[in-house]
Amino acid sequence: MHKIIIESLSLQYSDGTESLRDVNLSIHQNAVTVLFGPAGGGKSTLLRCLNRLNDLAEVKASSGRILIDGENILDPKIDVIALRRKVGMVFARPVPLPMSIRDNVTYGLELAGEKHRATLDEAVERSLTLAAIWDEVKDRLDTLAVALSGGQQQRVCLARVLALQPEIILLDEPTSGLDPISTGKVEAALQELKKEYTVVLVPHSVQQAGRTADHAAFFLQGELVEYGEGKSLFTAPKQKKTEDYVTGRFG
Amino acid sequence: MEKSLTWREFIVTRAIQASGYSAIVFVALIFFFLLREGAPALTDVKLSALFSARWYPIEDYFGVLPLITGSLVVTIGAMLIAFPLGIGTAVYISEIAPRWIREILKPLVELLGGLPSVVLGFLGILLVSPFLRVFLDLPTGLTAFTGSLLLGGIAVPTIVSVAEDALDAVPRSYREGAWALGATRWQTIWYVTLPAAKSGVLTAVMLGVGRAIGETMTVMMVTGNAPVLATALGSWFAPARTMTATIAAEMGEVANGSAHYHVLFFIGIVLFLISLGVNVAASSVVFRTKKRAERILS
Amino acid sequence: MRRENLAPTQITDIMKRPFSPNRRFVERIGFAGLTATALVTTLPIVGTIVYILIQGAPAISLEFLTSFPRDGMRAGGILPAIIGTLYLALGVSIFAVPLGIAAAIYLAEYASDTPLTRTIRIAIINLAGIPSVVYGLFGLGLFVLFLNFGTSILAASLTLSIMTLPVIISTAEEALRTVPQSFRTVSASLGATRWQTIRRIVLKEALPGILTGVILGLERAVGETAPILFTGAAFFLPRLPNSPFDATMALPYHLFVISTQVPNMPVQIQYGVALTLLAFVLTMNLVATVIRSRARAKRQW
Ligand SMILES: Nc1ncnc2c1ncn2[C@@H]1O[C@H](COP(=O)(O)OP(=O)(O)O)[C@@H](O)[C@H]1O
Ligand SMILES: [Mg+2]
Repeated sequence: MHKIIIESLSLQYSDGTESLRDVNLSIHQNAVTVLFGPAGGGKSTLLRCLNRLNDLAEVKASSGRILIDGENILDPKIDVIALRRKVGMVFARPVPLPMSIRDNVTYGLELAGEKHRATLDEAVERSLTLAAIWDEVKDRLDTLAVALSGGQQQRVCLARVLALQPEIILLDEPTSGLDPISTGKVEAALQELKKEYTVVLVPHSVQQAGRTADHAAFFLQGELVEYGEGKSLFTAPKQKKTEDYVTGRFG
Repeated sequence: MEKSLTWREFIVTRAIQASGYSAIVFVALIFFFLLREGAPALTDVKLSALFSARWYPIEDYFGVLPLITGSLVVTIGAMLIAFPLGIGTAVYISEIAPRWIREILKPLVELLGGLPSVVLGFLGILLVSPFLRVFLDLPTGLTAFTGSLLLGGIAVPTIVSVAEDALDAVPRSYREGAWALGATRWQTIWYVTLPAAKSGVLTAVMLGVGRAIGETMTVMMVTGNAPVLATALGSWFAPARTMTATIAAEMGEVANGSAHYHVLFFIGIVLFLISLGVNVAASSVVFRTKKRAERILS
Repeated sequence: MRRENLAPTQITDIMKRPFSPNRRFVERIGFAGLTATALVTTLPIVGTIVYILIQGAPAISLEFLTSFPRDGMRAGGILPAIIGTLYLALGVSIFAVPLGIAAAIYLAEYASDTPLTRTIRIAIINLAGIPSVVYGLFGLGLFVLFLNFGTSILAASLTLSIMTLPVIISTAEEALRTVPQSFRTVSASLGATRWQTIRRIVLKEALPGILTGVILGLERAVGETAPILFTGAAFFLPRLPNSPFDATMALPYHLFVISTQVPNMPVQIQYGVALTLLAFVLTMNLVATVIRSRARAKRQW
């Protein structure tokens, strides 16, 4: 089942950078799809298109369609706020909002108008557990989130997204600043998550791509070079460029 | 656009937008009301009479030249004092002072900027002018020079803070480059740092001029208020009267709608245009659109 | 701040120029001169404050602060001037503070770099530069006469408000801009509308900076005389104002009056009024400084 269908998506920033060129890609439900490739390939740009966060950036022109559950989310008439609740995003750098751990996790729900204390408490426990950090923070939910270590912060950020019970989770190099142990915990959490959610991950290394991918797409300078089901991209890439990159002979 | 704007979001956004535009509305309103009350001066008083050398409203002499020269003398004098002090202090604070001294000096200078001008005028009357009368052996201590001295003090904080910002913005690498080439810190200040910051220093001076020319209470209290055309250097040590002081001193006593009333508003227009000119010029030197440095998080 | 570019060759040229053996000596003299300049600038400030404190302190008493002037203001207290200044500050808080903060929010959070936005910025720069006595004229023309508020607290505080606006806007905008952009991005990604982000995150984080701006603006308003001369200041009032449409005494105007318009005024009362006014201003300045440095110390980003 394809949850997201991207059709000839192109995007240009107002400084002239053409960050995406005619990208066509379908993303499976309940699987981890990995977008990888060298820096500047347009992976982050593509993720930000999926929840329309690029509305905040200086975009000059974009064209194409992105269908989520059959609805074109690039349509100016869609409800962006609802879209962002449905498509959550975790960034490379953990950015805890300047408030307590608990408030960080309930932030999205409160924005949506949820006031019921029990519902909020239940969401805090559920999403922190899913993000594999509940045991570490359950006794200090009311301390500031910035006081946590980087790895813990990133998992709180993941929990913050999960609290909204999105359908799609976007992760943009979520472990790039983390130690191997925290990285392992996040990766393990992803394997749990894909049972319920559609996960799109930009890994921070080819190794991580290989470890986590159910499907993979290789991006180079704004173009989708190759897409492979399963781990085929890492075992038998069809394109020379892909092969060079996954074998480390690139650049 | 974000579609799920609730009505509340919509109203708040509109209110914020309107507040943003309000600054333009206020400038326009100010200009409009000055014109409305001041333009009739041109029909009440002949242009040649308006730009003549005699200001004696009781007998319908409305020559504004003495007031303009009064403002000029006081302001130029103030800048002669404030420029070296202001720039020197800015250089000291940003280039020489150890950190702890800087932490003391900056708030002190800021404090000077916040001192009410009546307080300075009050001290001017009680302390500065008697001192000058004796020290310079003048018939009266209430002179243009006294005004310049105090106005200098008022312009200094503006000059220091703008110039200090400009010096601060000179990248450290410039200085390090010069030191590496064997320049002393003193040479670096003169030949590298100050030239690199010169547009900011220029702005500082212009804003200082704007501050000095618009100052009212201090000048009114200490310059002796004699509308005499300034012609020679000696005028600096004689009583004078500025445009601002004239308005402040006389507006309370005129009949609304009289020629005198209109002429005072006319002087207001002149002051408005001067400050407009000074500030637009100053801001065009350093017009930095504060662009967001950070890209969107990724 | 724009910078002039210096080519490296230029710097070497410059360095060769004054390669005299006594340049260390020149440097020492120069530094001494600059230090002296800084002292000449700052010592009088300290001197002024200390002097007023010493001269004014004997005049200050509970009676001085809480009773009405007597004998043509040559005796008694200054209660009406104190209360009047508080009323004016209150008026400015009511009008200028919300408007100024909203305008700052517009500039920092909503406005993009269009000609309209640039016009707004130029307008603000102009408002900041207009001489205070011209504000007085404007207030007289618009509020006192055209809108018929009369010489009143209302007209005076509206005039002061417009004058204070640019101070509040610039400081508040600066404070809003120091809030990291990443907070806004994260908040939006969690489904916040722009206003929700501003209200729940940005304003909260910028609050100390905004407060500093508000206090500096009020400090300026409280000390000003020229704008209220013809819009709301009363020479002498035997009672307290009881509506916004009454004229009022105010500390700075009172100091002006008793130091220039009243013959045989006891000097001690003059210094007492100066000290009271200074106390207002210094307290605000102190509060602003404390807020700023405490916020800086406990900032989490
Ligand atoms: N906000 C932006 N404004 C302008 N250019 C951008 C912006 N974000 C990214 N780019 C440019 O778009 C290209 C793709 O960037 P990005 O999507 O971040 O790639 P990746 O995540 O694969 O490293 C790069 O050349 C980058 O410089
Ligand atoms: Mg990226």
